[in-house]
Amino acid sequence: MPVSLLWAVDVYGRVYSLSTRGQQWEQCRDAVLEFKRVTAVQQCCWGIACDHHIYLNVHSSDVPIRYQEETFENQRWNPLDNFSDRLLPSDRWQWSNITGLEHQPLDSFFLPSSNWEWEGDWYIDENFGGEPTEKEGWTYAIDFPATYTKDKKWNSCVRRRRWIRYRRYKATDTWAKIPSEGHSGPLPDPFNDISCGGWEISEEPRGRLSLWAVSLQGKVWFREGIHHHSPEGDGWEEVSLPGEVVQISCGPGDLVWAVLWEGQLIVREGITRDCPRGSSWVVVDSPNPEAGAIHVAVGDNVVWAVTKDNKVWYRRGINSYNPRGSGWIGMIGEMVMINVGLNDQVWGISCEDRAVYFRQGVTSSELSGKAWKAVNVPRDGDIRSHSSASSSSLHSAGCFFSGEVRAQSVMSEDSDTKNGPQRAVLEEASLREADAKSPPLTHLAVGPAGVRGDAADTCSLSSVATYTLCQEEPYGADEHPLWAWVSGGGCGVDCHSQLNWFNSATALSSSVQSMSLSISPAQTAAWRKQIFEQLSERSKREMDNFKHYEQAIEQSVWVKKGTMQWWRDWKPHKWVDVRFALEQFSGPEGNQDGILFLYYNFNEEKKYLHAFINEVTILVPVLNDSKHTFAIYTAERTKQRWPIRLAAATELEMHDWLALLSVSCCDSRGIQGPPSKQALWSVTCKGDVFVCEPSPSLETCPYPTPCDQMFWHQVGGHLRLVESNSLGVVWGVGYDHTVWVYTGGYGGGFLQGLARSTDNIYTQTDVKCVYIYENQRWNPVTGYTNRGLPTDRYMWSDATGLQECTKANTKPPSPHWTWVADWAIDYGISGGTDREGWQYAADFPTSYHGHKTLKDFVRRRRWARKCKLTTTGPWQEVPPIPLSDVTIIPCGAQSIVEPIPLWAISNKGDVLCRLGVTLLTPAGTSWLHVGTDQPFKSISIGGASQVWAIARDGSAFYRGSVTAQSPSGDCWYHIPSPVRQKLQQVSVGRTSVYTVDQHGNLWFRQGLTPSCPQGSSWEHISNNVRKVSVGPLDQVWIIADKVQGSHSLSCGTVCHRLGVQPMEPKGQSWDYGIGPTHVTGSRHT
Amino acid sequence: MADDKDVLRDVWFGRIPTCFTLYQDEITEREAEPFYLLLPRMSYLTLVTDKVKKHFLKVMKAEDIEEMWFDFEGTSLKWHYPIGLLFDLHASNTALPWSITVHFKNFPERDLLHCPSNSVIEAHFMSSIKEADALKHKSQVINDMQKKDHKQLWMGLQNDKFDQFWAMNRKLMEYPTEEGGFRYIPFRIYLTMSDRPFIQKLFRPISPDGHTHTLGDLLKEVYPVAIPNDDESKRYQVVIHGIEPLLETPLQWLSEHLSHPDNFLHISVIPVPSD
Repeated sequence: MPVSLLWAVDVYGRVYSLSTRGQQWEQCRDAVLEFKRVTAVQQCCWGIACDHHIYLNVHSSDVPIRYQEETFENQRWNPLDNFSDRLLPSDRWQWSNITGLEHQPLDSFFLPSSNWEWEGDWYIDENFGGEPTEKEGWTYAIDFPATYTKDKKWNSCVRRRRWIRYRRYKATDTWAKIPSEGHSGPLPDPFNDISCGGWEISEEPRGRLSLWAVSLQGKVWFREGIHHHSPEGDGWEEVSLPGEVVQISCGPGDLVWAVLWEGQLIVREGITRDCPRGSSWVVVDSPNPEAGAIHVAVGDNVVWAVTKDNKVWYRRGINSYNPRGSGWIGMIGEMVMINVGLNDQVWGISCEDRAVYFRQGVTSSELSGKAWKAVNVPRDGDIRSHSSASSSSLHSAGCFFSGEVRAQSVMSEDSDTKNGPQRAVLEEASLREADAKSPPLTHLAVGPAGVRGDAADTCSLSSVATYTLCQEEPYGADEHPLWAWVSGGGCGVDCHSQLNWFNSATALSSSVQSMSLSISPAQTAAWRKQIFEQLSERSKREMDNFKHYEQAIEQSVWVKKGTMQWWRDWKPHKWVDVRFALEQFSGPEGNQDGILFLYYNFNEEKKYLHAFINEVTILVPVLNDSKHTFAIYTAERTKQRWPIRLAAATELEMHDWLALLSVSCCDSRGIQGPPSKQALWSVTCKGDVFVCEPSPSLETCPYPTPCDQMFWHQVGGHLRLVESNSLGVVWGVGYDHTVWVYTGGYGGGFLQGLARSTDNIYTQTDVKCVYIYENQRWNPVTGYTNRGLPTDRYMWSDATGLQECTKANTKPPSPHWTWVADWAIDYGISGGTDREGWQYAADFPTSYHGHKTLKDFVRRRRWARKCKLTTTGPWQEVPPIPLSDVTIIPCGAQSIVEPIPLWAISNKGDVLCRLGVTLLTPAGTSWLHVGTDQPFKSISIGGASQVWAIARDGSAFYRGSVTAQSPSGDCWYHIPSPVRQKLQQVSVGRTSVYTVDQHGNLWFRQGLTPSCPQGSSWEHISNNVRKVSVGPLDQVWIIADKVQGSHSLSCGTVCHRLGVQPMEPKGQSWDYGIGPTHVTGSRHT
Repeated sequence: MADDKDVLRDVWFGRIPTCFTLYQDEITEREAEPFYLLLPRMSYLTLVTDKVKKHFLKVMKAEDIEEMWFDFEGTSLKWHYPIGLLFDLHASNTALPWSITVHFKNFPERDLLHCPSNSVIEAHFMSSIKEADALKHKSQVINDMQKKDHKQLWMGLQNDKFDQFWAMNRKLMEYPTEEGGFRYIPFRIYLTMSDRPFIQKLFRPISPDGHTHTLGDLLKEVYPVAIPNDDESKRYQVVIHGIEPLLETPLQWLSEHLSHPDNFLHISVIPVPSD
């Protein structure tokens, strides 16, 4: 679980945050003002300060927010001046945008606000679609607008070049004021409530957010244009209302609810991808007709409300089709306010003790949770006494609205009868105070009470203020923090999260355990050492001198039996019931060995099949949505490309067998404990992680272990790609782009008990999407319908159209995966879509495009549904930046503190260089962002710190001057791709560089020398290659498709290049290895 | 640093060198040679002494043979205690090999249970495991197991198959992470000089305020005499599997790693030898 923050404001307006890994509230020191309210999301926190302006605190990240400004310089040729900026009157501007329609001289670009800075000056882009241009960066055409080429031709009459300049958002980790201006001048009144959310509505543009604000007069405003490259947004738009609003809440998705002055609630409808503001309001009655609602909080699929009597209500029946829900359920507990954070987790502030409470047991199946639990951690300032500075500034904050303070106090004639007399006294006192010196009432800003004069409606709103009054005198030294507002929108906890927030007694001991990757104190404790020492002493004392004694129990054969289904060897292939047995015995040297038997019937005849445990090369769980299946390979069966495929009756049974077989196989090969530093790592297309212990002679002897005899065993975890070096530093990336570092343990997943290390095993999760397609055909009568021709594909199908996949019958990829969301239209499919996600084509199956033309008779759209896997393994998360590729220098670092170069590409295409990676700290410390002019997709670092990368446009880049002193190098050298090929992936060894293009061709870089590290040209080596990996001694491993076996063709075969010699880095031929295990990544030593 | 799994192996493969001699009053046809054997600490005497029986039967007449039983220096050895426990309790500070006297007559009915067959041992072993799981998981784990799983535990012990036994036993050693340990720790404390066979009470691995209970905490609660006062010298040894763990060792860890196959932590409290 990555670290995230819970934000809160106390009754004095001080802003605090609590880290999921921490145990104390940290005061936000740089907040010069007091705040009324905050609303947090993962990347930033918005707040309303006591000056009623809105402030934004963007959390700093290793990858800065930078925006590329571009403009084009256009020139036309004439016989006199040659190319010059003298254009024809009908031409575009001399400086323009890409379309030529807008005039954009360099000096017309301004920073959007004082929170931005320029990164450098303007420069010319010399990369044209992956090809380097001439020095000046000009591209030529016959006329505007036309296709441009990088070469000047006889008929080139015009030319243009692209200028680039970056600006960077600098106001991170500080509260930056957002000017409160609407599109038509300043807003008439200050803000009172704010709520941020909506990031799930659309992924485009990246990081898009909805920000809703309520003004003191009860108007609602929507902030336009907030996204990653524009964290502040553009401006406010007023949203028309059926009444006056006091408070609003916006969920991560399309839920937006608000509370009206009169105590009813309103629900925003019509919020879609194209219209995040929504279209209309619907009124929902307050849960209690006597006491109107004063507060509402919404999440993904939940709505909670608080009424004036401080009762908490849960709204039943909320889903994506019915944002209104169906009814209220009263909940236990009295709260002042409630906030719904990530994963629909609920936070509240109790009306009794003003503590922050967390709703325990909120799961997707039980969204209302079970009980309230107080967050019980100290504040960082609790140790020292409160500074007088804060009280004086509070004072001034109070002054700001002192007029309203008075008005409010008068108006607050209680409906809250039981506290009535007491309150009256207090308020009298406060009146005197207010006259004299303006009491420090930061929260009286809920002031419209004064304007409206409707006492019954306002009293509970003013409770915050009243409380402040009560605590007037000792307010600096209160024992328990008194909270006014909490926001969990950025706090990534769920009901399984282990938090150290609830019991301050255990807080300290558990803080030690949360340290990453360090040796836990339990391991070094004296008691443990004592036990180890005494046990070995005991063995010496009791056994060493008596080895000649007879053993009381003779070793015997142990047989484990079971029933399974087997994918039979002969046609027609089908699952048949078989009996299955493992006989284990001790080998001649005391090592464990065994034989597997599989008893079946063939033509009424009893037969059996066997395999020696010490000949098994890999045990692979196989993806199957209905059966629990796995495959057993031996060298012989790898050659045939036909493993023993088995299915167990239950998941548990399969795991028992896999764990037992895995331990048996490892025992028979003498493999115990964690993988060695030199181990080869790989992942299957299912995400399972395997390691192979190389024999010492693997690389050096003339006859290396053939690939099909290498033994792979599984370690826990789930990864999409894995990278290792010869020092034992291993990084992995999950399907959801989460980054994981290997902890040095072993086991996890189904490998429990003996096959699992005691420490260094952590929970790991992964999320991926399952896609299905909705297909439709056009007919002249009804247009597009789901009635196809008899020859058509299924109207709901997989990508190929051959398999029927409806929303109802499509299951997660395996029983380990569970759905975590509903089906949603996927707009991100390549080729583009229309507003409803449709892609059009003349017929199935052809290439699809995102807009309808006259020739299109069919259309399809893709639906995606997220599913999640939770497992365990020796992996720990490296937050916070998700990655798409990672590479570690294959060798180097002799000492344990020497930095190990590690480069990565974020899932947005940013190139990153990891600092502080050593043998002791394999996770490193921080990312260093390496600027590029376009997103990248693949990266590799080889011997002597040669860094090669592939950009999205398919061309390669070489990073110059990467050294230990300058770990991120100095500049990129652009290397064109092979003619008409877009490169996909690169791997660098000691001296050789290999790339794979999008058509599966493998290319070798010619002419690499120390003086010319960029090389000279690409040479074609092979086709049908999915991925390449080059080792530190230039060993070449690939994952190949269409490898011929004696039984079948296989895809995803690991192959090793034979004949790689220092003088012949290209090698001669391939050694085809382990069969269709769909290995997708390996980088070995 | 070695792994905790190594402790399990070390504990499992603990052996006590033993010299079996026939009781002097037994009637033999010719002189009975002593018989030497490595006894597994985790097992039960009657389960592993078929060879001993065979050895002495060779020199005896069939009519002189009744149920075999053992004593050490006059103390009858209870077969239903694990061998390691018997050794620690009665013989831990004596010279090796452990010298056990074999009897075929005068079965001490008052001290020992009869053991007509291995199925009696199995029944005893399984009932111990069930009792332990009742303490640890309210019997949930053991009840979820099938008959063959129970058999696997027993066969693992009987045939000295570490992997076979632990493949199943690990399930008995699991607990929900959020609880930090078992419900109660199955333990028994044995005293040499007491009339009570052993002390057994309900004791949780974690204190109500969230602290980890240690071996010392247990003794303080259950048998405080075993803990030396500050000013006096140590009077008792607290022995598990022939070793003396430090008193600050967490009880949960001990239960997971130093329990016998019957899932009980058998703790011997014996006087420090006087010499």
